[in-house]
Amino acid sequence: MNFSEVFKLSGLLCKFSPDGKYLASCVQYRLVVRDVNTLQIVQLYTCLDQIQHIEWSADSLFILCAMYKRGLVQVWSLEQPEWHCKIDEGSAGLVASCWSPDGRHILNTTEFHLRITVWSLCTKSVSYIKYPKACLQGTTFTRDGRYMALAERRDCKDYVSIFVCSDWQLLRHFDTDTQDLTGIEWAPNGCVLAVWDSCLEYKVLLYSLDGRLLSAYSAYEWSLGIKSVAWSPSSQFLAVGSYDGKVRILNHVTWKMITEFEHPAAINNPKIVVYKEAEKSPQLGLGCLSFPPPRAGAGPLPTSESKYEIASVPVSLQTLKPVTDRANPKIGIGMLAFSPDSYFLATRNDNVPSAVWVWDIQKLRLFAVLEQLSPVRAFQWDPQQPRLAICTGGSRVYLWSPAGCLSVQVPGEGDFAVLSLCWHLSGDSMALLSKDHFCLCFLETEAAVGTACRQLGGHT
Amino acid sequence: MGDWMTVTDPESKTISQHTSETKMSPSSLYSQQVLCSSIPLSKNVHSFFSAFCTEDNIEQSISYLDQELTTFGFPSLYEESKGKETKRELNIVAVLNCMNELLVLQRKNLLAQENVETQNLKLGSDMDHLQSCYSKLKEQLETSRREMIGLQERDRQLQCKNRNLHQLLKNEKDEVQKLQNIIASRATQYNHDMKRKEREYNKLKERLHQLVMNKKDKKIAMDILNYVGRADGKRGSWRTGKTEARNEDEMYKILLNDYEYRQKQILMENAELKKVLQQMKKEMISLLSPQKKKPRERVDDSTGTVISDVEEDAGELSRESMWDLSCETVREQLTNSIRKQWRILKSHVEKLDNQVSKVHLEGFNDEDVISRQDHEQETEKLELEIQQCKEMIKTQQQLLQQQLATACDDDTTSLLRDCYLLEEKERLKEEWSLFKEQKKNFERERRSFTEAAILLLKILGRSLLGIRHSSTVSRYGVRRQCNQGYICCLKRNILNSGIFKNIFILDWFGWV
Repeated sequence: MNFSEVFKLSGLLCKFSPDGKYLASCVQYRLVVRDVNTLQIVQLYTCLDQIQHIEWSADSLFILCAMYKRGLVQVWSLEQPEWHCKIDEGSAGLVASCWSPDGRHILNTTEFHLRITVWSLCTKSVSYIKYPKACLQGTTFTRDGRYMALAERRDCKDYVSIFVCSDWQLLRHFDTDTQDLTGIEWAPNGCVLAVWDSCLEYKVLLYSLDGRLLSAYSAYEWSLGIKSVAWSPSSQFLAVGSYDGKVRILNHVTWKMITEFEHPAAINNPKIVVYKEAEKSPQLGLGCLSFPPPRAGAGPLPTSESKYEIASVPVSLQTLKPVTDRANPKIGIGMLAFSPDSYFLATRNDNVPSAVWVWDIQKLRLFAVLEQLSPVRAFQWDPQQPRLAICTGGSRVYLWSPAGCLSVQVPGEGDFAVLSLCWHLSGDSMALLSKDHFCLCFLETEAAVGTACRQLGGHT
Repeated sequence: MGDWMTVTDPESKTISQHTSETKMSPSSLYSQQVLCSSIPLSKNVHSFFSAFCTEDNIEQSISYLDQELTTFGFPSLYEESKGKETKRELNIVAVLNCMNELLVLQRKNLLAQENVETQNLKLGSDMDHLQSCYSKLKEQLETSRREMIGLQERDRQLQCKNRNLHQLLKNEKDEVQKLQNIIASRATQYNHDMKRKEREYNKLKERLHQLVMNKKDKKIAMDILNYVGRADGKRGSWRTGKTEARNEDEMYKILLNDYEYRQKQILMENAELKKVLQQMKKEMISLLSPQKKKPRERVDDSTGTVISDVEEDAGELSRESMWDLSCETVREQLTNSIRKQWRILKSHVEKLDNQVSKVHLEGFNDEDVISRQDHEQETEKLELEIQQCKEMIKTQQQLLQQQLATACDDDTTSLLRDCYLLEEKERLKEEWSLFKEQKKNFERERRSFTEAAILLLKILGRSLLGIRHSSTVSRYGVRRQCNQGYICCLKRNILNSGIFKNIFILDWFGWV
C-alpha cells in the first residue's frame, strides 16, 4: 500500500469524479481539481464564500459548489475553465443542493423546505416543487437516472411524487400510510421504492414504480423502530436496521422477512472469526532509554502500531450503556452496507460502537466481527470486490476481506486522524479524509502483485 | 347388727350329704369355711356343726379354737389354770365374749363385704362408662385427624395458587414497567421533535417578519455565462399529452422488463430444481432396484412394490421428460413420486439398520458382512506388508546404487563383467544372426540383380556390337566413344547403385 502526500482540505469535502479520472477537494472557498493518477492540480476555482457542499455531475463535466450561508450555488466546468454559473436563491435561502441525473439540472431546496427549485443549465426554465418533506432522505434518483422520487407532506399527510427526470413531468403521486415519513430509496433495479417511517413507528412500505403498494412490513409496535435501511446491489434484499439491535432482511419475491440478524455483545459460536485490534508494544533497542510508560488516560499512542489478533470464542464486546432519557439514543443499528456483489453485509450496532459485524448473505449467518480500539466512525465497501475499509478517527485505516484483515498506519508527520474515507470507483485507491487534510492511499491490485512476483521469479 | 338374709336352701340337703361323708381336719374345715363365706349363713349352719365338732373331739376342738382365738388376739377360752397338770376348765364367759366378738366381727365383715361389692359394681359401671367414652373419643380423634389432613391438603393447594398468582403479578408488573419505559422513550422523542419543530416555526416566524419588514429583497436569479447543451445532445421538447403517454409507456415497459427478467430467473431456478429432483429420483430408484437381484433371507413385500414402482417411474420419467412444462399435474406427480421413493428408501435404510443390529447380536454368520474389527485387522496387515515391501525395495535400490557407485572386489567385478559380457555376447549373437539373415537376403537379391544385369549387358552388348559393325571408323570411333560413354555411364550407374558390391562379380566383368 502506498500513501500519497498530504493535502489541505476543509469540511471533509473530497469527491472522486464519477468517471474516476479526477478528484475534487475544497479548501475553504477554493475548489481544487486534481488528476487521480498524478495528483497534479488540473483546475483551481475560487468561489464567493466558504463551500459547504460539492457534487460532481454524472458525466463528470461539471461540479457544483453550494454555499448555504449565502444561499449561493456556483457551477464550474472542467472542459471550459472560464465558464461560470451562479445561482442565487436570495431571500429564499438554501439548505440543500444536488444535481439531477442528466447533469443539466440543479435541485435547490430552499430554507424551511418551502420548495425545491429546479434550475436548468440548458434552458431558461425554472420549475418549482412545493411541499417537499423535511426529512433525512427526501429525494432519491433511480440508478439509471430516469426517475426521481420525492417525499412531500401536505395537510399533515405524507405523499410521494415520482417525476420523469427527462422532462420533469409528474408521473405518479400517491399518499403513503406513514405517520411521519423519514426516508425513501429506490431499489437498484429502479422498479421498487422503499418508504420507511420515523423511529416512533416501525413501518416499511414497498411501492412499485407505478405507485402500487406491493407490501407493508412492520416487525413490532410501540418500541423505537427503524434506524437504517439499505438495498442490496442486486435488488434481492432489503436490510432494515432497527433500534432493538436487529437487522431484518426482506426478500424481493415475497417482501417478507427471511431472517433477522442479532447483535449480542457476547459471541459464542466458534465458527465466527473475531478480530480484535491490539496495540503492538513498541520494540525498544538495547541502546535506547526506556521511557516511562504513558499514563492510562493519555489516549492512544500516536505513532504506535497495531495489529489484529484473532480472539478465541467466547468473546464479549465492549458495550455502551445509552442514556435512556434522551431522544435518539445511541442504540440500534446505525450503519448498514452491502458489499458490491451482495455477498456480505457490514453493520454497526450503536450499543457496541467499536465493533463491525460482517454477515455472509449466502449462508445468512454471521461471518466475522472486527473489534477496534476506538468507536468506528465510517466504513465503506470497495466498489469492485468484497473489501471493507474502516476508519475510527485514529491515524489508522483498516481493511477487511474474506481472506483476512489488516491495519495500516497512515504515514506522515503528526497525527492524521482519519475521520472519513471514500473509495475510487476502480477499487485501486481510497481517499482518507481528516479535519484539515486528506491523502490518497493506493492499494496494490492482484494484477500488480502478480507481475511483481513474476519479476522476482525472473531475477532469481 | 348386720342384715340377715333368709334364703331358702333347696340345696342344703345335698351339701350336707356331701360334707358329712368326709372327715376333715380342722384346718381344711377352716379353709372351707372361708370359701363358703359368701353363702348365707343359714345354709351352712348344719354343715358346720356337724363337720367341725362332734361328740368325740370336744376337747380337741376347744383347744384348737382357743389356739386360733389367741392367735387372733382374743382372750383365751380357758380359765386361768391353778396348777400345771390340772385340766383347764372352759371359761364360759370368755367363750360367750368371744362369740359375741366374733359375731360383731362377722357383721362388720359382712358390711364391709357389701360395701366392697357395691363399690365393685360401681367401679364396674364406671369402667364400662369410661371404655365407651374412650372408644367415642378415639373415633373423634380419627375424624379430626382426617379433617386435618384434608385441611392441610387444601392449604397446600391454596399456597400453590398463591405462588402462581404472585408470579403472574410479577410478570404483569414487568410488562407494565416495560411499557412504561417505552412510553417514556416515545415521550422524550416526541418532546424532542416537538421542540425542534417549534424552533423551526419560530425561525420561520422571524424570517417572515423580516421579509414583511424588509421591502427590497435580494433578487432570486441565475447568472450563467452561456447555456450548456443537454447531456444526450437532443433538444428539449414541449410537455404534451403525447410525452405524458410516452412516459407512462416507458415506465410500464421498465416494469414489465423487470418482471419478465425475474420470471425468467425463477423459471430457470425451477428447471434446475426439477432436474435435481429427477436425478435424485433416478438415483433413488437405481439404489433400490438392485436389491431385487440379491436373494436375501429377509425379503419382504417392499421389494415387490419397488419393482412395480420402478416400472411405474420409468413410465413417469418418460412422460415427464416429454412434458417439460410447469403444469400442476406434472409437478405434483414428480413430488409425489419423489416422496414415495424417499419413503421406500427410508424404510429400506431402517431395515438395514435393524439387520446390522441383529447381526451384531447374533454373530458373524453372514459372509457378506465383515465385522469392523476384522476389516481393520486386514487393513493393518496389508499396511504392514506394504511397509515391508517398500523397505525391501529401498534396500535393493540402495544396494544397486552402491554397486554402481563404489568399487567392488575383483571377483564380483569379474563376475559382473562376465555377466555383462554374457549379455553382450547374447546381444551380439542375436545381431549376428540378424546380420546373417540380412546377408542371405542381400545375396539373393544380388544374384537376381546380377542375372538381370548380365541379361541387360548382353542385350546392350549385342546392340552395341550391332552398331559397331554397321558404322564407319569415325562413326565407329565416335560410336565407340559414345558406346564407351554409354558403357561408362552404365558402369557408373551400376556401380553407384551399389548392387554389385561383390568384387568377384565386378572382377568377372573386368571393370575393376
